[in-house]
Amino acid sequence: MDIDALAGCLASSACLVTQTTSGLIIGMLLFLVAVGLTLIFGVLKVVNFSHGAFYMFGAYFAMTTYQLTGSFALAMLAGAAGTAVLGLIFERVFMSRVYGADVLMQLLICYAFVLIFDDVVRIIWGPEFKSMGMPSAFQVMPLFIAGGVVPPYYLLLIGVALVAAVVLGIGLSRSRIGKVIRAAAQNPGMVSALGINTGLIYGGVFALGGMLAGLAGALAAPVRSLTPGMGFSVLIESFIVTVIGGMGSILGALIGALLLGLIRSFGSLGFPLFTEGLMYLFMVIVLVSKPTGLFGKEAA
Amino acid sequence: MTELEAGRAETLAPVRSGAALHRYGDVLIALTAFAVLASLPLFTGSKALLDFVIRCSAYGLFATSLNLLVGYTGLTSFGHGMFFGLGAYSFGLIMQKLAVPVPLAFVATLAITAVVAAIIGAICVRLKEIYFAFVTLAFQMLIHSTILSWASFTGGDQGLRGGIPRPAFFGIDLSNHVPLYVTSCALLILGLLAMRQIAQSPFGYTLRMIRDNAARASFLGIDVWRAKLTVFVLAALFAAMGGMVMALFVSGAYPEFAYWTISGEAIFINMLGGVSTFLGPMVGTVLLLLLNDTVTRFTEYHGIVLGVVILFFALGLRKGLLDFVAEWFVHRRDAGEGR
Repeated sequence: MDIDALAGCLASSACLVTQTTSGLIIGMLLFLVAVGLTLIFGVLKVVNFSHGAFYMFGAYFAMTTYQLTGSFALAMLAGAAGTAVLGLIFERVFMSRVYGADVLMQLLICYAFVLIFDDVVRIIWGPEFKSMGMPSAFQVMPLFIAGGVVPPYYLLLIGVALVAAVVLGIGLSRSRIGKVIRAAAQNPGMVSALGINTGLIYGGVFALGGMLAGLAGALAAPVRSLTPGMGFSVLIESFIVTVIGGMGSILGALIGALLLGLIRSFGSLGFPLFTEGLMYLFMVIVLVSKPTGLFGKEAA
Repeated sequence: MTELEAGRAETLAPVRSGAALHRYGDVLIALTAFAVLASLPLFTGSKALLDFVIRCSAYGLFATSLNLLVGYTGLTSFGHGMFFGLGAYSFGLIMQKLAVPVPLAFVATLAITAVVAAIIGAICVRLKEIYFAFVTLAFQMLIHSTILSWASFTGGDQGLRGGIPRPAFFGIDLSNHVPLYVTSCALLILGLLAMRQIAQSPFGYTLRMIRDNAARASFLGIDVWRAKLTVFVLAALFAAMGGMVMALFVSGAYPEFAYWTISGEAIFINMLGGVSTFLGPMVGTVLLLLLNDTVTRFTEYHGIVLGVVILFFALGLRKGLLDFVAEWFVHRRDAGEGR
């Protein structure tokens, strides 16, 4: 425990800015992963335990594409599109067989794929740590805001995630397809009776969720190291986010992710060894005081 | 039909009539099983085989205790491993720091586990389904984080090293391999027998009713919260027993014992063996350990092999092995009777 360091940071504007930005990028990455998770849960009622693997694949796809083409934009695209396809295949071929079955059975299939995917990455890219490196376009002087250091890439990352959040929020509430998705979440039988292919919707939602996780992985690739199993901690953290925010709530995912990012970033100063513990403690406190999460509806 | 539905479909035998007979039958089976296991060292000098049985004892106790929650009560805990870890660490720390006799440390560990489980359980069992699963997971990770960060007490990520002292008691010297083996078997059989008693008792049938229809149980005057809390604490005790066997075996305790993957493995073991038969988790334990041992011998990519096997069970059999066999027998008998 190092409360003095935390207090010292809170008193200095430079440190405050630095820690807040780093909290924001953790939060925004978590949001992208968690919103996919919460979307899949909201519509398909499936807790996708293999979601972290999509994050991992997104990062590896982006790294390889960047190494081959040298284009950062293409790398992001490859991360997002590649995992979308993966999500679609995964849902259509495997998950669609166990809808309505025991939750444990769905969990088990996801668990199996976590094991398989980690080994596949190990075989293709090797077991050691890899790094994509910062794209040359962002190898410029960092910005100084109130004395705090903010790399330009962080701003891009936060911007992209924010755009994704807004597009997703508006798309789901305003567009026709968003309405169909929400209807399918409420009453799939009725939607299907109206002549809409629910299988397509389920596959699409899973692909969208996978794409968001893949995008998060691709965005994280320049600032994190890549390793098989990297999806794991992200998965657990995004679970905490969805549970804190309320399963199925997009706004909840955003707020939960930002809170968790800030807890991580400031917690690492005050409680360097217990940062993870703080997150779990926070989750326990939220669930005990409001069992369905901050923005969750009554438990089904 | 899914596992749990299969469990629901089982015919409820009259609880009272013939209960005594059942009990003697169980004791007889337990004694026979113990006699067979305990005489194993007389026939084989294979240390690897005895080690395998000890590991099966530790994980078997742990997995079967989880099934009290999952299969019998319908409480899917993602954090049951915390009690496995708690058992191993409490026992190891008591032995290392206090130098008390083994049986005393054993009882003290159970007491500590009961208190911790009662506090955590009181919070968790209020929640339903997925929220219960995640809050148990959070508690498990909280304990894991505490073990890692409280390095001066727990040894942090290095675990409890330096070995656990195992002074002889009642003439049993656990630092020798064969007595350690026989003690592990005894603990396994005793634990299984006790859990079998719980499962077949009126309380056990109350748990099944809560699993199938909690509202109805509540209308019938059952305090659902208290019954769930009771089984949560009981399951924690047996999980801690498994942890203690493990701590004795490896002569230490490591943070991985409290990591969430150990809970994942236990759930997997249950699914592998089957949750609607009492011995399903035991079968699953033997299967998983066998699988792990053989696969790691042939390939470094055992995740792929394990994953494919899981897929086979989940998509192919759609239930655990023992459930599958049991249902097949019922099916055959019914067909034979012309139904």
